[in-house]
Amino acid sequence: MDKTINVTLKVWRQAGPKAKGHFETYKLDNISTDASFLEMMDILNEKLINERKEPVAFDHDCREGICGMCSLYINGHPHGPDSEITTCQLHMRKFKDGETITIEPWRSAGFPVIKDLMVDRSAYDKIMQAGGFISVTTGGVPDGNAIPIPKDKADEAMDAAACIGCGACAAACKNGSAMLFVSAKVSQLALLPQGRVEAKRRVKAMLSKMDELGFGNCTNTGACAAECPKAISITHIARLNREFIKAKLSD
Amino acid sequence: MAKKEQTAAVGTIDAKIPEGPLAEKWTNYKAHQKLVNPANKRRLDIIVVGTGLAGASAAASLAEMGFNVLNFCIQDSPRRAHSIAAQGGINAAKNYPNDGDSVYRLFYDTIKGGDYRAREANVYRLAEVSNNIIDQCVAQGVPFARDYGGLLDNRSFGGAQVSRTFYARGQTGQQLLLGAYSALSRQVGRGQVKLYTRYEMLDIVVIEGRARGIIARNLVTGRIERFFAHAVVVGSGGYGNTFFLSTNAMASNGSAAMQMYRKGAYFANPCYAQIHPTCIPVHGDYQSKLTLMSESLRNDGRIWVPKKKEDAEAIRAGKLKPTDIKEEDRDYYLERRYPAFGNLVPRDVASRAAKERCDAGYGVGSTGLAVYLDFADAINRLGEDVVRARYGNLFQMYEKIVDDNPYKTPMMIYPAIHYTMGGIWVDYELQTSVKGLFCIGEANFSDHGANRLGASALMQGLADGYFVLPYTIQNYLADQIQVPRMSVDLPEFIEAEKGVTDKIKRVMGIQGKRSVDSIHRELGLVMWDFVGMARNKAGLEEALEKIKAIRKEFWTNVYVPGTDMELNVELEKALRLSDFIEIAELMARDALLREESCGGHFREEHQTEDGEALRDDEHFAYVSCWKYTGEGNEPELLKEPLNYEFVQRQQRNYKA
Amino acid sequence: MWLIDSSVGRKFVMGITGGFLVLFLLFHSIMNVVVVFSPEAYNAVCEFLGANWYAIIGTLVLAAGVVIHFLYAALLTVQNLRARGRDRYAVTTRQEGVSWASKNMFVLGIIIIGFLVLHLIQFWSKMQLVELTGHGDHALAADGAYWIQHYFGQPVYCIVYIVLLCALWFHLTHGVWSCLHSLGLDNKTWLPRIKAIANVVATIVVLLFMAVPVYYLIVNVFGI
Repeated sequence: MDKTINVTLKVWRQAGPKAKGHFETYKLDNISTDASFLEMMDILNEKLINERKEPVAFDHDCREGICGMCSLYINGHPHGPDSEITTCQLHMRKFKDGETITIEPWRSAGFPVIKDLMVDRSAYDKIMQAGGFISVTTGGVPDGNAIPIPKDKADEAMDAAACIGCGACAAACKNGSAMLFVSAKVSQLALLPQGRVEAKRRVKAMLSKMDELGFGNCTNTGACAAECPKAISITHIARLNREFIKAKLSD
Repeated sequence: MAKKEQTAAVGTIDAKIPEGPLAEKWTNYKAHQKLVNPANKRRLDIIVVGTGLAGASAAASLAEMGFNVLNFCIQDSPRRAHSIAAQGGINAAKNYPNDGDSVYRLFYDTIKGGDYRAREANVYRLAEVSNNIIDQCVAQGVPFARDYGGLLDNRSFGGAQVSRTFYARGQTGQQLLLGAYSALSRQVGRGQVKLYTRYEMLDIVVIEGRARGIIARNLVTGRIERFFAHAVVVGSGGYGNTFFLSTNAMASNGSAAMQMYRKGAYFANPCYAQIHPTCIPVHGDYQSKLTLMSESLRNDGRIWVPKKKEDAEAIRAGKLKPTDIKEEDRDYYLERRYPAFGNLVPRDVASRAAKERCDAGYGVGSTGLAVYLDFADAINRLGEDVVRARYGNLFQMYEKIVDDNPYKTPMMIYPAIHYTMGGIWVDYELQTSVKGLFCIGEANFSDHGANRLGASALMQGLADGYFVLPYTIQNYLADQIQVPRMSVDLPEFIEAEKGVTDKIKRVMGIQGKRSVDSIHRELGLVMWDFVGMARNKAGLEEALEKIKAIRKEFWTNVYVPGTDMELNVELEKALRLSDFIEIAELMARDALLREESCGGHFREEHQTEDGEALRDDEHFAYVSCWKYTGEGNEPELLKEPLNYEFVQRQQRNYKA
Repeated sequence: MWLIDSSVGRKFVMGITGGFLVLFLLFHSIMNVVVVFSPEAYNAVCEFLGANWYAIIGTLVLAAGVVIHFLYAALLTVQNLRARGRDRYAVTTRQEGVSWASKNMFVLGIIIIGFLVLHLIQFWSKMQLVELTGHGDHALAADGAYWIQHYFGQPVYCIVYIVLLCALWFHLTHGVWSCLHSLGLDNKTWLPRIKAIANVVATIVVLLFMAVPVYYLIVNVFGI
């Protein structure tokens, strides 16, 4: 019943952050089209281990599209050639028999390679630490229903909050910009009354941290949103711009 | 101190439950517990292992109070912890829908759902703080679903007759975790939490009977490092991956639990593993994990299999489609067997019912190990748009994986390992049997008894981290304010590190023929076949033998490539597998001992005539606590009796 | 100074200068079309603008707009190249819904600068510059219509202008909405609208500009 295909993989191998990387070519036969892309990578690694070669290092964890850990750039697309999914949700049925698949790590100055296909995305955490929160401490908060929030605002905040912090936006961006990621958090919290209180401080702090960490300038290509596994819209970037300009003009 | 000072009888354990009426225990405890003043908090260090709901919320709350926190996670960011994958929602006794909910009812449902194998006082406290969690999360900016009036919306979940589940689309766990993560990030930014990502704890350091630090491996460089703290808190999640295939994340593991266990913390109720009824069925031997479809789907989806065996056979052979089966030829077996709760029976009941139908030959899908979850009625009743708004992301996920449109044909689902109710034993203060070592979230055993209700895991993780541990840990730390920061060059640290490096050397040195995954897969099959949804004496004994053989295979024939002083994923997996093998044995041992059926633990020898679980309260109303007695020795069984003072134990009934 | 230190500040400057230049182009293109209907009227406009103080200030502001827009573009391009990191992707693709123009704005900008230089040499240096410096042919300095006839009488220049105007069209299709977006002036409802507005504005400006070379091409080559 299972349909299978044969594929050739061109995989980026890089021993460490400073090492020079290169592509290695591997052939895999009889891969079920029902297998997920990462299961195909597991099969490759099992094969390499059995040949007593070093397996390919790549990040992955939940394998259900929510943790944001997986990060492969496949045939020119972060998370591969399918829309609104992460690499772990990509299935081999999206590839043709005999196809050559090129697998690269996220490439951006903000995401240095750790090994092979694994990159360091701690820059995103640093941006969050700069201001991606509402300054409330545990306890002493009002009842959950004390402040009504219009449904459309809550829904739009949820649209932005769906960001999984995978880094596909910066990886897809020809400018290596993290604007979509930053805007998603700024926008979510700016839309909610709880977050408005420190909206100005937040947007300035998060944006300057993003700039400081070596991410590029947004030029509104929209590649980020096109590749975003959670379909975060660039209208959040507009809100970030608006919030930032307003904050600066009111200084 | 308002604690019951009872002398523990031989072989039994004292959980330090405060005196007084159920509803006042927690209030009394807080009123009388010891606190640490702000100046002293600055002098105390706390290690928190894990950044899931429990770990992140605890780390953030402790740091807010002024403690110095060191927070560790194995992923590249705290936001990746597997709490993020919880879909459906979080319970709270807010009674916003005015449908008769109360703290007591949430407590009662949880106790009943856990098949009367949880501690009353803990569960009541959980229900009590549930409302604070919702308030806290809203204040953090968690975008819960709201109604047009701007107020919070609720939905219903299995095992309850009220709508008390708060949700953020199908991504509630994600949103709650991101809330806790943002609170944590704030403290990291303030310098109050020092964050160690891509670090894995490999041992706990105990000095003079108290936990004083950990040994951890930097997963990027391979370096082994030592860390001191006045107390250690572990929120490392469950051990469901013992089964290899589960809904847990790939890196979820039970090694932290085993490290605690080997240092003297009891492992409680290891056999209580939850099998979630609505997962996408297994489809191939290359499969790496199972995907859960939220329980919330059972709100509107109807579960069925064909009534006639020949129809089921035709479907399996691909000759018939589910939509070809006429309404009268469908067996909505949950609605048939449990009219009162219908498709919303608790997870253990729903899972067993699915297995029963499939074993009887009515299963569908190419393997015969699947049942239908059908939305045709809901789509007719509500329209496709409403269904899409409620479950769109889940339907999309299903379609991406299975390549089938669930709006048109029913979903196929089958039970899968999902959550472990068992875990490290803790007392009322969430302290393990090792002083200064605390365990929170799924990693401990405390609140769910033998079966967890849907939307309760998020509640417990956050309750522990935000509202329980930050209080109870002070009761311990108040006595530690005189203890200076210790050097990590103390012999206990050096010895613990040596134990870790020796083990790594041993694993690296085997240089056998088999990959870690191939052995893990073998272990998983044994567990699923013999220690899975239905267990019996002969099977469990066989499992114990097979696990022994797998242990031998691992320690003689595993192959780990590369070196230990670099990023080495295979080494990480090998170390975790060595612990999974030990957990597997504990699970089988515990399951063999527990001669009753309760919650997620179903012994085929103990069932009613119509196949329901049959408890034995007379002999088994206790928590089984396993105490480590050295490598190669049989563990010792200790018992914490579950004295029910407030609730009358009953046969669980979801029929009427 | 946030207008140079922050990425949104830099985009803000790009947006403001770009938007200003778009307004100028709109005016310029409308003014040009006049020549098709009446060379005399066109010359009257030229005369009116001439080398008066307001025209000089206008020219200087325009020049500043172009220079700042270009310098910022260069700065952004260099920074963005650096932000890509050491190794580049072996495979790149253009995502669905991402316009070609948006990924090639700097190249298009360079082409437009080249266009601008050509245009300045052909017209501005013969007209306003002559009036300002006093060197050159004064009689023709205010006769814009003459210069138009002079250059567009040669079909090759018509073709060159038409081709270069295409580059301008691409630049504007992205530039106009991008300007509004960088200023934060859109949302879910308005994003598709400003994109449509951008296409309309770009098309109007470029069609108006093209009308002149196309008209002369038709008149001179086909003799209609």
